[in-house]
Amino acid sequence: MGFLRKNNSQLAGAAAGAGSAANAAGAGAAGTAGANMAGGALFGGGALDKIDTWYAQSAAKNAQKNKILSILLRLIVRIGALLTATTLVFIVGYILVNGIPYITPSLFEWEYTTDNVSLMPALINTLLMAGLSLLMAVPIGVGSAIYLVEYAPRGNKFVQLVRTTTETLQGIPSIIYGLFGMLFFVTALGWGLSLMAGACTLAIMVLPVVMRTTEEALLAVPDSYREGGFGLGAGRLRTVFRCVLPSAIPGILGGVILALGRCVGEVAALIFTAGSIAEIPNLAAGAAALFDSTRTLSVHMYLLASEGLHINETYATAVVLLVVVVALNLLATFVAKKMNKGDIDD
Amino acid sequence: MHKLHIGENLARALFIAAAGISILAVAIICLFLFANGVPAIGKNGLPDFLFGSTWRPANDIYGIFPMIVGSIYVTAGAILVGVPIGLLCAIYLSRFASSKVEAFLKPGVELLAGIPSVVYGFFGLVVIVPFIRENIGGRGLSLLAAAVLLGIMILPTIITVAQSALDAVPKKYYEGALALGATHERSVFRVLVPAAGSGIMAGIVLGIGRAIGETMAVIMVAGNQVVMPNSILDGVRTMTANIVLEMGYAAGMHREALIATGVVLFVFVLMLTVLFNLIKKRGEAK
Amino acid sequence: MTNSAVNTETQLRTTEPVAGTVIPGTSAERKEAAHNPAYIPAHVSSAEEGHEAPRITPVKMSVFDLNLHYGDFHALKNINLEFRKNQVTALIGPSGCGKSTLLKTLNRMNDLVEGCRVQGRIALDGEDIYNDLDVNDLRRRVGMVFQQPNPFPMSIYDNIAFGPRTHGIKKRAQLDEIVEQSLRDAAIWDELKDRLKKNALSLSGGQQQRLCIARALAVRPEVLLMDESTSALDPISTAKIEELVGELKKKYTVVMVTHNMLQALRVSDRTAFFLLGEMVEAGSTDDIFTNPKDSRTADYVAGRFG
Repeated sequence: MGFLRKNNSQLAGAAAGAGSAANAAGAGAAGTAGANMAGGALFGGGALDKIDTWYAQSAAKNAQKNKILSILLRLIVRIGALLTATTLVFIVGYILVNGIPYITPSLFEWEYTTDNVSLMPALINTLLMAGLSLLMAVPIGVGSAIYLVEYAPRGNKFVQLVRTTTETLQGIPSIIYGLFGMLFFVTALGWGLSLMAGACTLAIMVLPVVMRTTEEALLAVPDSYREGGFGLGAGRLRTVFRCVLPSAIPGILGGVILALGRCVGEVAALIFTAGSIAEIPNLAAGAAALFDSTRTLSVHMYLLASEGLHINETYATAVVLLVVVVALNLLATFVAKKMNKGDIDD
Repeated sequence: MHKLHIGENLARALFIAAAGISILAVAIICLFLFANGVPAIGKNGLPDFLFGSTWRPANDIYGIFPMIVGSIYVTAGAILVGVPIGLLCAIYLSRFASSKVEAFLKPGVELLAGIPSVVYGFFGLVVIVPFIRENIGGRGLSLLAAAVLLGIMILPTIITVAQSALDAVPKKYYEGALALGATHERSVFRVLVPAAGSGIMAGIVLGIGRAIGETMAVIMVAGNQVVMPNSILDGVRTMTANIVLEMGYAAGMHREALIATGVVLFVFVLMLTVLFNLIKKRGEAK
Repeated sequence: MTNSAVNTETQLRTTEPVAGTVIPGTSAERKEAAHNPAYIPAHVSSAEEGHEAPRITPVKMSVFDLNLHYGDFHALKNINLEFRKNQVTALIGPSGCGKSTLLKTLNRMNDLVEGCRVQGRIALDGEDIYNDLDVNDLRRRVGMVFQQPNPFPMSIYDNIAFGPRTHGIKKRAQLDEIVEQSLRDAAIWDELKDRLKKNALSLSGGQQQRLCIARALAVRPEVLLMDESTSALDPISTAKIEELVGELKKKYTVVMVTHNMLQALRVSDRTAFFLLGEMVEAGSTDDIFTNPKDSRTADYVAGRFG
């Protein structure tokens, strides 16, 4: 009880006579600023203490200041958002406006020559390269995510190590992957600059993306699904494949699309692993085609831009790249929406 | 029943093997990179390699200090450009945007993240570089161009991470601030943003990682001279650019020195990863 | 001292009856309290039904014909209620009866809820809180303590200083004094005075809640709303806060929502019983618990539903 009274009693004790004068002065100040300000402070000894006075003094001035500050803050966050949106629109718009007029049939001829600067071989190579690397990364990524979520005991040392390494992989810049691919696949394994060396390098690069999204998708599946599976006497494997995976598929697909996007856009990891030959591998030769050197669309665009001889075709190639990326983005959004809907249905 | 057991065990073994591959990958990446790069550092001497300011492969002189400085400058510039805009945009998306605006802006940010770095680089080459050359001065191919371009490129990383950090701040903090008479703006900037501090920091570190590792876009706009820049309008060469520009024709000691450049970059990135994890842990501890 | 207090208040509030400003407790008691920190006055919760001359306590907040909808859901139906100055009013009733909704309407925290429509009038000292007052000023004058302790993830000092800083008090010396006074008022100064720089989240739940009370007091509110503020706490912390509320009402008008009927009985002067969005009955706590007029109230206080 003493605590509440203390301040007032101190006041009273310190200046028995002067106290009332001080109070009156405080009340006067409060009164001019608005009678409401001091309303709550009256109690016990009845002192309108100095804290109330401070509030009374700062209130009117401060309300104005706060309002201006609020408007200012609202303005600058809008500017931040606007700058981001403008940048996006400007980049995409600039590329489209300058590139679309140069999208010609000759750009899509099967054979690349220095005359037509066809991007067709590069486009096909991109599909081959991305397909091949996903063929490796997806089973491994999904498999390890299944292990981490469905099998591994909690707090396992091995699991911790896997997580740490996955995070490390995710942070490694693509040029380091490129260097490694060059040293390992191209030189040490003797594959030379090839589709296969590029695809393997990309596979390691996108592995953490697939792993993490799959993990998240699996974690989002409610435990009741698993209990349902076990309850029916199914083994763990059957439960995972029949009960858990199906509802995680949209999430996994989202990760796969993300990985695909990275494959399509990658240059630094490919330039010293897959090389820059602008030809479609000789598929008729079967497996040997895997060891042909190829350039993907992004590498193609980089080479065009750095040569600087075909600026219009570079714009056009950029448009095609953008279209592919936008299409992948839309697909990912669509899949994500479907996943969310699935959640609501559950 | 027996057959089922074999299947179960086989599947389990396969899943463990798959999980082991990422460990294996990191192990052989380290092994090959260090085995091929460290000898070059050894032959030059670590101090000379890191702090030597002359890079002249023809004379077998390999000092990557200008490149380290280039990488740091370019990254710092990118942070200066990208963090304020990205953070404000994240705050806007998280606490100010109507759901309609968010429905447009969020996919936009995702698209920004998806644009390949060559396209960014090309845009920088045809828009930012001429703009700097004509309006500010210099050759245009410069530290400034690289910083602005990288600043744009790390926007989506910072926005996405910062926004999810802000979204994750419990509603009770916001309500608590409002109930004290704080305006929406004050509650957001003085309570929510500090509360999301470690998440936002993690986003910035991730952005730094992306900026320091970016290669193709930087090569196309930075000028790539191996000298210490005196102004933001001078050209710079980053460590990443150094590797790509010369690896195509390098041999012998030169090649090893380039791989060693990669090793230094790798160590930088590893330190950032450790830092990122520390920040994340501290955030979780709170 | 007593005279000067009365004078001060009459200057400020000429519209209110002078009698209403008389504070429970005789001047002898106050003197006693000033010299003995451990002093506890004889009465704790009977300001209105006190033994002094019967009088009408002035109304601090009043609710007229309040109807509130969440979308299609009619959450509050024709509520008419008064909250008297320097009294504790408890809002009781089963879950979902609307008592928390009403509380959140008093400082317009319901504005945050999408699809929430309010009809009717709520007045604070005669001013309409929706039309006459700035919402931020209203929330300063009508403070709130939440169900879950919600200190900000910053230092104890900064938690308390957040409110004053918000309202323009920036001087270090003034902030120091407000922090100390608020923590004293919330009876937690002695526990925390040596660790003001520590993060508030390192405190125990009960300490956090008292810190939140201190934080609310730091902006000098006139009314304090408490939304089941002890329901997340252990019995000892709860007792401390109940004791604190008994003390706080000398300075503030307190409105508390509680699930715990014994708590309402222990702490409040007046009680209002809610059921399915309607206010069934309001009156002095003694009447509601011992002599309810409505059979539903009787059933509830006798423990027949939730």
